[in-house]
Amino acid sequence: MRVMAQVAMVMNLDKCIGCHTCSVTCKQTWTNRSGTEYAWFNNVETRPGQGYPRAYEDQDRWKGGWALKHGRLVPRSGGRARRLARLFANPELPSLQDYYEPWTYDYENLISAPLGDDVPTAPPRSLIDGRPTSVTWGPNWDDDLGGGPEHLAADPVLKKMNADVRLEYEQAFMFYLPRICEHCLNPSCVAVCPSGALYKRIEDGIVLVDQDRCRGWRMCVTGCPYKKVYFNHSSGKAEKCTFCYPRIEAGEPTVCSETCVGRLRYLGVILYDADKVGDAAATPDEQDLYEAQLECFLDPDDPEVARAAEASGIPHDWITAARRSPVHALISRYRVALPLHPEYRTMPMVWYIPPLSPVVESLTATGHDGEDPAKLFAAIDSLRIPVEYLAGLFTAGDPGPVEASLCRLAAMRSHMRRVNLGEERDPAIAAAVGMDTESIEAMYRLLALAKYEERYVIPTSYAVSSGAETDGGCSLDHDGGPGMYGADTFHAPLVDVPAGGPSALPGGHEPEHAGTSLRGRVNLLGWNGRGRPAGLFPRRGEQTE
Amino acid sequence: MGRGRAKAERAAAEAAERLLEAGRLLRRAPTTPEGRAVFRADQKVNDQPYRERWAHDKVVRSTHGVNCTGSCSWQVYVKDGLIAWETQATDYPSTGPDRPDYEPRGCPRGASFSWYTYSPTRVRYPHARGALVEMFREAKRRHEGDPVAAWADITGDPDKRRRYQSARGRGGLVRIGWDEALEIAAAAHVHTLQEYGPDRIAGFSPIPAMSMASHAAGARFHALIGAPMLSFYDWYADLPIASPQVFGDQTDVPESGDWWDAAYLMLWGSNVPVTRTPDAHWMAEARYRGQKVVVVSPDYADATKFADEWLHPHPGTDGALAMAMGHVILRECFVERQVPYFQDYVRRFTDLPFLIALDERDDGTHAPGAFVTAEDLDLAPDAAAHTRRWMPVLHDEVTDAVVVPGGTMGDRWTKEGEGRWNLDLGEIEPALSLYGRPGTRTVQVTLPRFDEQGATVRRAVPVRRVGGRLVTTVFDLMLTQYGVARPELPGQWPTSYEDASTPCTPAWQEAITSVSAGAVVRAAREFARTAEQTRGRCMIVMGAGTNHWFHSDTIYRSFLSLLLLTGCQGVNGGGWAHYVGQEKVRPYAGWQQMATASDWARPSRQMPGTPYWYLHTGQWRYEKFTADLLASPTGPGGLSGLHTADLVAHSARKGWMPSYPTFSANPLDLGRRVREAGADPARWIADERAAGRLGYACDDPDDPANWPRVLTVWRANLIGSSAKGNEFFLRHLLGASDNAAAEEAPPEARPRDVTWREEAPRGKLDLLLALDFRMTSTTLYADLVLPAATWYEKHDLSSTDMHPYVHAFSPAIVPPWQARTDFEIFHGLAAEVSRLAEGRLETAYDLVATALQHDTPGEAPPDEDTGPQFHLVERDYTAIGDKIAALGPLPETTGLQVKGITVRTEQESRWLAARCGTASRGAARGRPLLDTDVKMCEAILALSGTTNGRVAAEGFRQLAERCGPASDLEELAASVAERRIVFSDTQARPVQVGASFEWSGKEAPDRRYAPFTINTEHRKPWHTLTGRQHFYLDHAWIAEYGEQLPVYRPPLDQALLGEQPQPSGEGKSVTVRYLTPHSKWSIHSEYQENLLMQTLARGGPVIWISVADAESIGVADNDWIEAVNPNGVVVARAIVSHRMPTGTVFMYHVQERLVNVPKSEATGRRGGVHNALTRLLVKPTHLIGGHAQLSFAPNYYGPTGNQRDAVTVIRRRSQEVTY
Repeated sequence: MRVMAQVAMVMNLDKCIGCHTCSVTCKQTWTNRSGTEYAWFNNVETRPGQGYPRAYEDQDRWKGGWALKHGRLVPRSGGRARRLARLFANPELPSLQDYYEPWTYDYENLISAPLGDDVPTAPPRSLIDGRPTSVTWGPNWDDDLGGGPEHLAADPVLKKMNADVRLEYEQAFMFYLPRICEHCLNPSCVAVCPSGALYKRIEDGIVLVDQDRCRGWRMCVTGCPYKKVYFNHSSGKAEKCTFCYPRIEAGEPTVCSETCVGRLRYLGVILYDADKVGDAAATPDEQDLYEAQLECFLDPDDPEVARAAEASGIPHDWITAARRSPVHALISRYRVALPLHPEYRTMPMVWYIPPLSPVVESLTATGHDGEDPAKLFAAIDSLRIPVEYLAGLFTAGDPGPVEASLCRLAAMRSHMRRVNLGEERDPAIAAAVGMDTESIEAMYRLLALAKYEERYVIPTSYAVSSGAETDGGCSLDHDGGPGMYGADTFHAPLVDVPAGGPSALPGGHEPEHAGTSLRGRVNLLGWNGRGRPAGLFPRRGEQTE
Repeated sequence: MGRGRAKAERAAAEAAERLLEAGRLLRRAPTTPEGRAVFRADQKVNDQPYRERWAHDKVVRSTHGVNCTGSCSWQVYVKDGLIAWETQATDYPSTGPDRPDYEPRGCPRGASFSWYTYSPTRVRYPHARGALVEMFREAKRRHEGDPVAAWADITGDPDKRRRYQSARGRGGLVRIGWDEALEIAAAAHVHTLQEYGPDRIAGFSPIPAMSMASHAAGARFHALIGAPMLSFYDWYADLPIASPQVFGDQTDVPESGDWWDAAYLMLWGSNVPVTRTPDAHWMAEARYRGQKVVVVSPDYADATKFADEWLHPHPGTDGALAMAMGHVILRECFVERQVPYFQDYVRRFTDLPFLIALDERDDGTHAPGAFVTAEDLDLAPDAAAHTRRWMPVLHDEVTDAVVVPGGTMGDRWTKEGEGRWNLDLGEIEPALSLYGRPGTRTVQVTLPRFDEQGATVRRAVPVRRVGGRLVTTVFDLMLTQYGVARPELPGQWPTSYEDASTPCTPAWQEAITSVSAGAVVRAAREFARTAEQTRGRCMIVMGAGTNHWFHSDTIYRSFLSLLLLTGCQGVNGGGWAHYVGQEKVRPYAGWQQMATASDWARPSRQMPGTPYWYLHTGQWRYEKFTADLLASPTGPGGLSGLHTADLVAHSARKGWMPSYPTFSANPLDLGRRVREAGADPARWIADERAAGRLGYACDDPDDPANWPRVLTVWRANLIGSSAKGNEFFLRHLLGASDNAAAEEAPPEARPRDVTWREEAPRGKLDLLLALDFRMTSTTLYADLVLPAATWYEKHDLSSTDMHPYVHAFSPAIVPPWQARTDFEIFHGLAAEVSRLAEGRLETAYDLVATALQHDTPGEAPPDEDTGPQFHLVERDYTAIGDKIAALGPLPETTGLQVKGITVRTEQESRWLAARCGTASRGAARGRPLLDTDVKMCEAILALSGTTNGRVAAEGFRQLAERCGPASDLEELAASVAERRIVFSDTQARPVQVGASFEWSGKEAPDRRYAPFTINTEHRKPWHTLTGRQHFYLDHAWIAEYGEQLPVYRPPLDQALLGEQPQPSGEGKSVTVRYLTPHSKWSIHSEYQENLLMQTLARGGPVIWISVADAESIGVADNDWIEAVNPNGVVVARAIVSHRMPTGTVFMYHVQERLVNVPKSEATGRRGGVHNALTRLLVKPTHLIGGHAQLSFAPNYYGPTGNQRDAVTVIRRRSQEVTY
């Protein structure tokens, strides 16, 4: 047994309102800089839908994750030789069109348009080359079932389903799927990096890209089946969700977690046996992968585990945190959280509680009492969201664990309704889903009250050196680096407008008042605070007119 | 892949495997047994870049001043002196150990706000319309540097005026300096005051709760010069008129934390995850407590994923669904069985037992008439004679006598009523019904049914003859209205729930809404059963989806009836939860003092926005029908042949609604003449009117003498966002170009009383002044644009209905470039006006006309012959700058007057003098200073009961005197007296406010706010005619429209109104209902152009359309389309979705012209905003005033600017677009 600890996440999709606050706070904090305009370390998808990048779950096409070949795990993108052969021309790399071509607008036109004949507007411009563009695809194109049935039917999970799902008004269903890097136990992105730039931190399991080692081969982009490694086209290096390690190290939740107004994210320690991971990931039947991963997780209340953990150098603080871990509780104790696409065999560490959806109407329509718990459990498979769809996301198609999870949620509601209405508790309800009154009320406390200090249990002692001694200089700061503090910003086009104004650009429809608005723009968002950028202040002697 | 290659790869893989194996033996670092992973602690990694990215210098608490109801506390991160990003604060005081907390609050819009700070659409310097500023400079030179003369010169010259007005909205803004900007603005104000009077100036700034000091600073400036502030809540159609009608209250709703207490929750036309993003978790979590959730929405809205049940009526038919639920509840809980809890509740807290007179009709049947009062029956001999008409009566169950219960409007204002204004029934047991009582007979009443044009139903009610009148009870009329039969009452009754032939059965509604009758019966039963079991813990969250309709008051009354019948109102976890607009200024009294400058002069001018815009944007000229068209077939026909404009003018002349400009003369001239004559203003005006020397401005709104001349807009985007009938604003108010094609009313459909001028004015406004930090449609059309500080650059206060806290805005940075705070800008403008007033205006006497106001004795006039109230107000225009910056003496001498309660605040004035210092010279010498935004925030908090327990306690004691000792209000006073919040508390963290007489609900650290709990728990009357919650409204105009009781009225039939858009042009088109619900990616127009939001959305204006409608016109997802109707043109792209019902499209509001709007094919001009397809229609019953709870108060009661009933034609356009 090699006990290791990871800070993992659970998201309760049943509470997700699809607001995208997590995406925006993450983007504002981490990726609103040139080279990463198109990158959303955190994004939220409406399902059914193609997601971001377009249909990323289609591994026949994108070759992410691991495949089992002759009982051995190999990256689906091929063995070493195949990967090396494709270093310079990788057809399994999503193009910018698959993510989306970021755009901005000719905003300056609104204020500087000369007197003309019509109301000024700001037409769209590509953020990649500054040219006039039309918006045809975005990072959230499917939001709230936008796009039409044909478009949504290209959802890879939907395509895999056996049952016929009609994308029609009366049968409409949807839910939201927020996604970050899975910080997998068996990360295929790490495995396929030719430069050894990706690594999983020993102390907390966070998967990172070493910005010095990265040579921009982009194998990680292909290798990650969740498409959560991004290529910074400005720095030429890979970047990805960092699990906000500067915050985690200080005991603070990730930005996406703390800013989640649905209060649906949980952070906590999982102890696992690293020696079991390889075999678990190579479990022959895809539908057994969920159980296999659960088997890797260790019970922090088991004294032997605690001893072994201490022996492995895991600080005491982490072991007590693991005992209080909401993530451990939701995954292992209550078994309501499930992994996303276990069939990718990466052993993901961001798990999800599947969403309930209108059920009572289908029950009562058949003349049943929608609140009778027994009837409710029997009807879980008549939820608006087809269980098979959820199983396609979380259990490689096995409906069993999904139904079990949904039944526990439904049972919790039935149990608590009696409490709420002042009726006597009925232990049979909890028993029907393999729980007891105490545990169902404890689960209620975690899911419903969800107090801040119970959602996030993050230890702060770091005994193991991260090896991150710095030598003062940072390779990213110089020109041509990732541009973290570069002058360009999210909403500024990357290219200068050619002489002759924007209309000189090929194919450009010009607004009536386009003027020369993209020139001489100062944007302070990327200003490092040193010096006086030209144009920030009026030139001395510049008159107001 | 070739076989050879596969073999080679396999060989290479095996080789690699062996190498790995070998490496493991050579390396000292540990590996997993299968060689999968190697553990290394010996390598350096570079993770510094992300640490540096995260590093920041300070974190500052602020929030977003946008009308979203969120009022979320945010942490703004500052790095190298620049705002970098923001995350939510999480330090709200806990709601207790057994419930969720408010943390974190926020949404994606707010999270993207810092983008604005340095964005290219930021207004960095003062700008002016080039043509105007050139003419101004030239004229000023000619007039020896006199800016007022220069302004008079330009605006007095029709050519010059036309030149700069027609340039509005066509670019050409030029940068100018602050001094010149303020001088132009002040000159325009001073000239207008002199030439036309203060009521030709107006201010528009909505939603004070979203930044109280910024609002109050400008409103205070307007109040000090005598200019009206225009209302917004009713104008936005966010004010549910049903609330004042039923509760006598503006809107008072539970905080979202109280959703947790509900056992049954209906989300009705409210898409909570999108529009109440920070609060949605309460609903998600309350479900885990066993709460049942029903979502009523025509589309598969975001909220639906949380529902146990989804009901999807056709848009605008929600009232029919609610009437059918009411039918079931009345039958099963009031007739077939009497639920004790409900019986007790409706007798004590509603008007159901009160007596209504029945008026005989020509056909021998009867119509429901007025409440029977003490005056009618010569009862209540001790009461003052003139108040007896405001004392409705009921039958006592025990004695069978007609009695006058306490707590009616007649007890509210007189000396005699002191101690009697309460809901303590004493020995009285109100009889709900006359049915089966001795001496009762039946008569037929005729009731309208609006689901069929011109149709009626006849049904019998039990009646008695009392004092010469045939009377019945409100309850008996309710059963009749809802079609609940009782034996031996003849009439057109439905035979069963399945009878679809007559209102209001479940089957009847199914034919209207498409919701199955069975689902309605089920919902009604569950609702009632839960309410019975939990004593009223059923809640309906109702939103704009049901509130923005022309007839939304009837829709809402049908909802509220469900809650009142089941005893859910005034109960934690129960009742209505109307969240449309952030109208709740928790520190209300203090804000009101500041905003109306009532510390210096009273009264201020407050104008309902809807009639103002209706008249001044010329929209009335396009209305082609008279009142008959929407009146009830049962009405007496008293409004026959009258145009809505006539009714607007009638309402003003009667003193029902205020109207500015009031007269066709300068009120400063009128005031001077009244003063010189030494006359009573009302008498003097009456004489002038009688002599034909003085006309009301509203009788001739197109006379240049009666135009508004100067309009200032701040914290708002009037033109882009709320301007229903946008193209008519552009045409008539601004004189700009437009896209409207509507024809004016033909001669036979024109107003009878209001003057029709053949040529409609174009360009009434001399000056549109806008303060903003970003470009909007309003700034694009403004003459002067002043750069305002953002919400991260100033001090202010925020509060909301949704949570019980007040918290602060704080500057993370100083306003960059040349931006200034609204507070500073208005103080600068006030000083400049004072400077220019010298020698021109000095001390003047302003004749101010106001309406009969709610929560004042004016709401209970002695007879029906009413008119405006007149006041002479002294104004020293050279002292405006001094007064705006100091607290005046009236709160000490006359007292704060809030909702009928007067509290004197000497102590607070002393405290503020000590805290803020006093003015050392000028007109405000010795008065506490309010010369900074922080000091104004201190004053707001010090003068409000919610934040200053001493003020609350004094108010409660005053109330206790009126309500009598049995109310226990003294005890409530004692419990809050020690609470005190000062500004620094709100900067430290959000602070919970306390219970106060300013609001109707109780709250405490361990208790969530629920409205009307003071009423139910302290027997305090509602501010209504009966003092109870009203099912019945008895005004003559209400009777004309057949809306005495809750009734189903369908969406307006545009064809009937002569408004049906005609398909034109080439290609296929489809005619659809056009709805403008609230968007996920913006708050009104704010964030609409924000790049982060546009990136997550579709990058420009879009219209959501159903699969079938899209197919019918050959539209694919993301195709460009045009929506055209007589009011204007919208160019957008289509989002095709099976989420949408066929026949309805959504254009989420407020999608402006700002980004990605090409020129339209229909007109060749830029497409319009979402309001390009709407036109303002005023519902006449909202104009009623001077009648108990149907009395004006600003933003409290007034006609709504509804826009949901629109219809448009949509077609695919050329996919080649030009900008």
